[in-house]
Amino acid sequence: MVITNAKYHTNALSENAGIEATIDGKVWVIPLDLGNAHYAEILKQVDEGTITIAEAD
Amino acid sequence: MAKVKIQGHASGTGILTVTAPDTDVNRTITLPDATGTLLNSDGSAASLTAIPAANITGTLPAIDGSSLTGIAGRRNIIINGAMKVAQRGTSFAAAATGTFPVDRFKFNHSSIGAYTVSQDSSAPDGFANSIKIDCTTADASPGAADHLYLATTIEGQDLQHLKKGTASAESVTLSFWVKSNKTANGQVNLRDMDNTRIIANTYTISSADTWEQKTITFAGDTTGAFGDDNGVGLNVDFWFDSGSNFSSGAMPTSWEATATADQNAGTTLALADSTSNYINITGVQLELGTAATDFDHRSYGEELMECMRYYQICQYRIGTHSTNGTDLVWNYTCVPPMRATPSRAIVGGGSYSSTTVYYETSPWASVGTATSCALRASNFTHYGGATAMTGTFSGSPSAGDVISIFASGAPQAANYSYMELEAEL
Repeated sequence: MVITNAKYHTNALSENAGIEATIDGKVWVIPLDLGNAHYAEILKQVDEGTITIAEAD
Repeated sequence: MAKVKIQGHASGTGILTVTAPDTDVNRTITLPDATGTLLNSDGSAASLTAIPAANITGTLPAIDGSSLTGIAGRRNIIINGAMKVAQRGTSFAAAATGTFPVDRFKFNHSSIGAYTVSQDSSAPDGFANSIKIDCTTADASPGAADHLYLATTIEGQDLQHLKKGTASAESVTLSFWVKSNKTANGQVNLRDMDNTRIIANTYTISSADTWEQKTITFAGDTTGAFGDDNGVGLNVDFWFDSGSNFSSGAMPTSWEATATADQNAGTTLALADSTSNYINITGVQLELGTAATDFDHRSYGEELMECMRYYQICQYRIGTHSTNGTDLVWNYTCVPPMRATPSRAIVGGGSYSSTTVYYETSPWASVGTATSCALRASNFTHYGGATAMTGTFSGSPSAGDVISIFASGAPQAANYSYMELEAEL
């Protein structure tokens, strides 16, 4: 899974509510849910140092 | 008054004896008003035929279920094993790893040639579809870490009846149809993802370009239970080729801790070595027990609903233009509820891009476009929720306008856009 451009999204309370990332060429909005395979892979690659997640705008 | 007559057989010499039970109560036996033979000796009911169903009542005896035939409950653990449902599209040239040629079956590869993967109409009798993996760029000398396989995954909570991790762990039998231009062996793995364990075996393609059914029985595993949850419990992997990292070990014919080097140790297929190579697979069934039964055919609708637990498409939606003037907002209910909170993406094709969405404002008089679209991470669960999409809107819709967001074509048609929701394992 090739993940690039990972960036947090915030909700109306300015809390991190999800991550926008390009995964295998497609832009996804990914929930912060460990049951979500995209999120689990993002955390794995963050742990491995392959990617970082940018703060929300 | 009727007479009672017992007439000896002309050639028989035996004595016919009618005995009375040891009772002091008068008994009456009423004979049928018909000609025929009563019960056979020792009470066998062989002479009792044509008994009306209405006369068969009471409790069934405790009999061995293995003697029952023609009873077809749900047996196949695999979803979409007949490759009927392909929500994401039906053909993918130069397919990326992670492509789903049909729902629930993921194509995995890494730097080992290029492939068109598709939902193909070639299939054995009784099936209409298969997955085809067609090599379009060869790699006869894969790198050590290269791999090429097809996988489907099963949730742990759907595997509890395998009794894995107990003394009564059940065997399972995998059956499937395969066709290839090559005659060789392919390795199939069952991988327990909860406990990092694996068992495998090979099948042999005996005749080129011919559909053949293969059956593999895997022993039960008394070590490591599947979690009773919505996470991945079991992977079923069909290997086609790899580098030495995956093939330098020994094929694990008994359950063992997963070793990378064992995962493709038994495959001789070398699907990547020529652009003439292809393989088709369908009719994948995994069932309890040591025997493969006939394929558990389900309707398209049944399979689609099962697949939509993992992937859904939302093409048309009615929403409003938000009061902040920057969002289109609509509600979406996941039917059925998805496995987990899904990832979401706007997909476009043809003249529609993933960042341009067409919409119409009430009273449906004018069509506008929203460009530079992006989804917000909004309140959404596996049941659905609110979706908000930012963008630059033509036509200056007013805050609170009711808006229909639409596409001109169905998914995978020439022009389309839709939101996809993915909760795959």
